[in-house]
Amino acid sequence: MWKTILRRILIMIPEVIILSILVFLLAKAMPGDPFTGSINPKADPAQIHHLMKINGLYDPWYQQYWNWVVHLFHGNLGQSYQYQEPVTRLIAGRATNTLWLALVTMVLTYAMALPMGVFAGRHEGKLPDTVIRVYTYVTYCIPFFVILVLGIWVFGYVLGWFPTTGSIATDANGWLQTIGSRFYHILLPAILGALFGTVNIVQYLRSEVIDAKHSDYVRTARAKGVPSKDIYRHHIFRNSLLPIAAFAGYSITGLLNGSIFTETVFSYPGMGLLFINSISYRDYTVITALVLIYGILNLLGTLLSDIILSVVDPRIRIE
Amino acid sequence: MTNTSDFLDIKDVSTAFKIDGHFYDAISHINLQVHHDEILAIVGESGCGKSTLATTIMGLHDPHETRISGEIDFEGTNLLALDDAGFNRFRGAKIGMIFQDPLSALNPLKRIDDQISEVLDYHTTLSSDEKHHRVLELLDQVGIVNPARTARQFPHELSGGMRQRVIIAIAIACKPDLIIADEPTTALDVTIQAQILDVLRAIQKENHAGIILITHDLGVVAETADRVAVMYAGQIVEQGSAEQIFNQPQHPYTRSLLRSMPQRDDENDDLYVIRGNVPSLQKMPQTGDRFAPRIPWIPADAHEAQPTMHQVAPGHEVRCTCYQHFYFPDRTTKGRVAK
Repeated sequence: MWKTILRRILIMIPEVIILSILVFLLAKAMPGDPFTGSINPKADPAQIHHLMKINGLYDPWYQQYWNWVVHLFHGNLGQSYQYQEPVTRLIAGRATNTLWLALVTMVLTYAMALPMGVFAGRHEGKLPDTVIRVYTYVTYCIPFFVILVLGIWVFGYVLGWFPTTGSIATDANGWLQTIGSRFYHILLPAILGALFGTVNIVQYLRSEVIDAKHSDYVRTARAKGVPSKDIYRHHIFRNSLLPIAAFAGYSITGLLNGSIFTETVFSYPGMGLLFINSISYRDYTVITALVLIYGILNLLGTLLSDIILSVVDPRIRIE
Repeated sequence: MTNTSDFLDIKDVSTAFKIDGHFYDAISHINLQVHHDEILAIVGESGCGKSTLATTIMGLHDPHETRISGEIDFEGTNLLALDDAGFNRFRGAKIGMIFQDPLSALNPLKRIDDQISEVLDYHTTLSSDEKHHRVLELLDQVGIVNPARTARQFPHELSGGMRQRVIIAIAIACKPDLIIADEPTTALDVTIQAQILDVLRAIQKENHAGIILITHDLGVVAETADRVAVMYAGQIVEQGSAEQIFNQPQHPYTRSLLRSMPQRDDENDDLYVIRGNVPSLQKMPQTGDRFAPRIPWIPADAHEAQPTMHQVAPGHEVRCTCYQHFYFPDRTTKGRVAK
């Protein structure tokens, strides 16, 4: 068990190195520079040239990469050209917002998806199953950002139930009000994210339950005289939740990708919005740092999935 | 203890499956008795309804997708009249079932002792210590060398033969009066087959159970069965003692089946092949002899319009009159006459 996990972690090291080189080179390959757009357009090209030079942007790529890696290990991701602030501090502030949004989205997603998937699978072909399937197909067909915009329009504008921008009300005072206001701002993007996120899980879980229902081991259980509700409890649920549990790690990837859309549409100051902005401003240090973080989080997600799988499924364990 | 009267009496049982909104008989008008202390083999080729008969007795069909008629009397209770909860008092307790594919018949995520003691949970009042003890006893009884170790293992850690033994242990855990074994050795290699059959026979002697052994392997039948019922296209075409079936087979299907077994002393290397196929459920003829299309050289008037069972010897019955006229086309003398 520990051996499996250790081996998985060791495999991650070269993955992270390759990832970091790719990230660095891709950022460098982007056209444009961080200064032209951000200072007086009449500025002397020689001055931009000078700024590029003192920031080391004319050095060969491997030297720039090496400097970057050395700084990385000192916890220094550089200075944001756009915000004139250390990247570490900039991202740390944004990451908390994204983390809370992702967490609430994830909780809502599973809270909705698990009962729906199990219910649809159990009552296969009946009315509630049809309703759930129509819901998943329709949601699946609509692009995510359209769902977001529709959601803002309906719940934020027409009904006026939720705020549509930012992460906190400007007049929030005291910790209780602060937390309340933050949660209130998270709720609508999280619900919309969850509505979209449930689709895959519901579909997957439904077909897992149906497969399990017709499996030979369930027939064996029936031949033992186990009542139907106990068969669901002891055999079908556990076996069909297994791939879903393993999927939880991967869903981190989905949440991060989703957060880019959600935060942009909601102007929610998280990592996703920062990412989009830093790309438009060619804020290299921020871009590379964020892509690296996204990449590492994805790797951690798959690691988590593998670990969960080896815990819940005895067939995966390596003695 | 030994009671030679029928304790399982299957009366005129038909099971129909729903296909595209219509019901089609997979087995029709089955009449069959099973006694204590005997192994009744049901033989026939794939698709003849053997397994359907087994799952009908066990009540494992989805009531929305199947229509079952007739009566199955088991120790004075008509099983077909029971609801699911009523059936659960018999399943696992008084009727045990052994399945065909030991690889998929066990839950991959549960340890062996949990899977065996599950059946004890529902039909006994044993304490958990007693259950564990019983599990080890059962594993030992089915010939597992290290019961304590196996009990802690997961199905994927066991070989096919061991898994089949575990499934037998589950089936016999509550000492059922009737054991239905649906092709218990099909998925296993020949040496393991013999061991599994030995285990079955030993259990039958010990528990005085009646066993229904479903198989397409006539070698297995010859080795184990006391009585044999031959099924073709959802009907029983011949039944009798194992001796009667093997030494004086009557029905053309039984005789063809026996002839299509490889014989070591047969100088002719070609195996006998029964022409044609079992018709699909939708295309099953509703009148006439269902085997007639596969022996076209027998004149139509040799068959009955509505074939019934005819007694040819005590306990030996054959469907249709065509057996009196049947001969193999590649043999010059007519089978019956030559004898």
